[in-house]
Amino acid sequence: MKIFVPIDAAARSVGADATAAAVSTEASQRKLDVTLVRNGSRGLLWLEPMVEIEIDGVRHAYGPVGAQDVPALFEAGWTTGAAAARKHKLALGPTEDIPYLKRQQRLTFARVGITDPRSLEDYLAHGGYRGLQKALTMQEAQIVEAVTASGLRGRGGAAFPAGIKWKTVLATPSDQKYIVCNADEGDSGTFSDRMIMEGDPFVLIEGMTIAGLATGATRGYIYLRWEYPDAQRALEAAIAGAYAGGYLGESVLKSGKRFDLEVRMGAGAYICGEETSLLESLEGKRGQIRFKPPLPAIAGLFGRPTVVNNVITLASVPIILDQGAAHYQNFGMGRSRGTLPMQLAGNIKYGGLVEIAFGMTLRELLYDFGGGTLSGRPIRAVQVGGPLGAYMPESQFDTPLDYEAFAALNAMLGHGGVVVFDDRVDMAAQARYAMEFCAIESCGKCTPCRIGSTRGVEVIDRLIAAEDAPKQEALLRDLCETMTYGSLCALGGLTPYPVLSALNHFSEDFVKPRRVQASA
Amino acid sequence: MSERPRRVIPLKVEPPSSLSAAERAAVDDSCERLKDLPGALLPILHDVQRRLGFVPHDAVPLIARALNISLAEVHGVLTFYHYFRKERGGRHVVHLCRAEACQALGAVELEAHAKRALGIDFHGTTADGAVRLEPVYCLGNCALGPSMMVDEELHGRISPQRFDELIAQSRANGAAPPSAPPGAPPPGKTPGKTPSQGASRGGAA
Repeated sequence: MKIFVPIDAAARSVGADATAAAVSTEASQRKLDVTLVRNGSRGLLWLEPMVEIEIDGVRHAYGPVGAQDVPALFEAGWTTGAAAARKHKLALGPTEDIPYLKRQQRLTFARVGITDPRSLEDYLAHGGYRGLQKALTMQEAQIVEAVTASGLRGRGGAAFPAGIKWKTVLATPSDQKYIVCNADEGDSGTFSDRMIMEGDPFVLIEGMTIAGLATGATRGYIYLRWEYPDAQRALEAAIAGAYAGGYLGESVLKSGKRFDLEVRMGAGAYICGEETSLLESLEGKRGQIRFKPPLPAIAGLFGRPTVVNNVITLASVPIILDQGAAHYQNFGMGRSRGTLPMQLAGNIKYGGLVEIAFGMTLRELLYDFGGGTLSGRPIRAVQVGGPLGAYMPESQFDTPLDYEAFAALNAMLGHGGVVVFDDRVDMAAQARYAMEFCAIESCGKCTPCRIGSTRGVEVIDRLIAAEDAPKQEALLRDLCETMTYGSLCALGGLTPYPVLSALNHFSEDFVKPRRVQASA
Repeated sequence: MSERPRRVIPLKVEPPSSLSAAERAAVDDSCERLKDLPGALLPILHDVQRRLGFVPHDAVPLIARALNISLAEVHGVLTFYHYFRKERGGRHVVHLCRAEACQALGAVELEAHAKRALGIDFHGTTADGAVRLEPVYCLGNCALGPSMMVDEELHGRISPQRFDELIAQSRANGAAPPSAPPGAPPPGKTPGKTPSQGASRGGAA
């Protein structure tokens, strides 16, 4: 019998290791023949550690299961599906029937939480490497065409069509080309990259290998943030497994085509999520952004043509090749095709990962999936798309999850992170923090970002202190315009999003004396 | 060209160093193993920090020499990245998340509690040398915040009480990943880039 206890870092952060140890101990004391599998997380994070028991091929979930709950669950007969276990207060029923999971459309995350992320056999048994098999029968241009036809856009945040990047790299002759995976998932409120790297690392390796075949690149790097040591372990184990299985190396599946892959660790610089900074960092330099052009697709890593894609983008490639571009393209709305793994975070009752086709509204995500706030108070603001995303008020919750619909509101979907705040949030403080964060993380290359962010903190301080507030507000708006249009990259260019959205939608928070009087 | 007597300028091939023999060996070994990687500097700095707990000032010339780049280049990279620590201090490193998702669950209050409980600001080390406190901007545990990382272990749903428990555990564990040799300079508090003023405002009060 199999018992699954997630090895995902989020699950471990609330005690999954202790739960797993308790399961082992209890099973051996009861002389039960139990195989403990450390799977990825299903993404129902408020239920972690969520333990699953496989009975007659059906997995039954229990959660959150602390180590102290384990003996009672064995006693109730959870390994046999006894009535007492099914009625236990932690019993959640068959995993696949849990509405939060059932309502999702899992394409990229199809295997996460189901397989053992360390096991190549498991990956193969669940449809893994079928995309690569197919790619090996295709011409380079055909693979690129499939990715273009799928409508896949960069899932890192900028939503640039992946196929066009690949096409440029394919068309640029060079003695060496590179595939670089941007795994510097620095946006607060996002963890989908982490979950896939920890829960199904082979899918990323497969996606990168296909990208290599498609563009003629023979070397890949995964640039991973240091904050993700669990993902590093999972990736390195999977890469070793892929080499041993002949899926990486000098002749991928004896095709005569080479692809090598390694993980490189970042060192705590948010800016290195910007693709040109990332390349500088990979080259062993300060993570300062580069001027564009030249595009990285033409002169990227070490000056060679380079595909730089986000984890989710690359991890979505295998299913596109396996099931065909049309299958993927069928999901979504408008120019946003396929699915986006959304991440519900912050003050949210049911936080976790929701992979769903574009088009659902933010309100459905927040309430139907998220269940409102964890604190039980009303939702006042949500920040979508990371620290550079706009703060959205209730009046905008009916916006569909679609790149263009968000852009029309001066907001962005970005990497799909949704951070929820209740009615106790001070939006002036959030605006100030956005500038402060930009000041801390600016690479320093361009003046609007380097100086503007520090000045921004000061102006907001004076605005809140009501030192000639109308003048300060005018100054802040002017500064934001300079940053928007004058910055070299998205850090300085988008920091005005959270600042101005807070100012525009929650202006009452900036009028400090009145608020203090009102509450006094 | 006329033959002129050549004046030999003595080259100082050995950079001055206050590193202990063990530290010196560790830095040399990191350089030797990794210097041929493309873009080797970050991997070397990571390796040195993993072994010594920080990147000593006097490791910089050794790394520069191994990679045949200037001191300024190594120094520039070392000081650009928040993760690299330039001074010794703290048997355990606590990274406390300051980012938005954790703010939504009281990270600002937790930060104030942490600084009060430890008696230090960010980048500081407690008087007993047990804990160094660092800010971090997202640990990717945003549905289970507030979050913190003790050494490499991630912890979620951190209340002030849970924070105190984890710190007590760390202190009790004692054993440090990198060991500081005797006679090491006391841990210094460096002025961080993080404005601490932001802590007093905002968050769910």
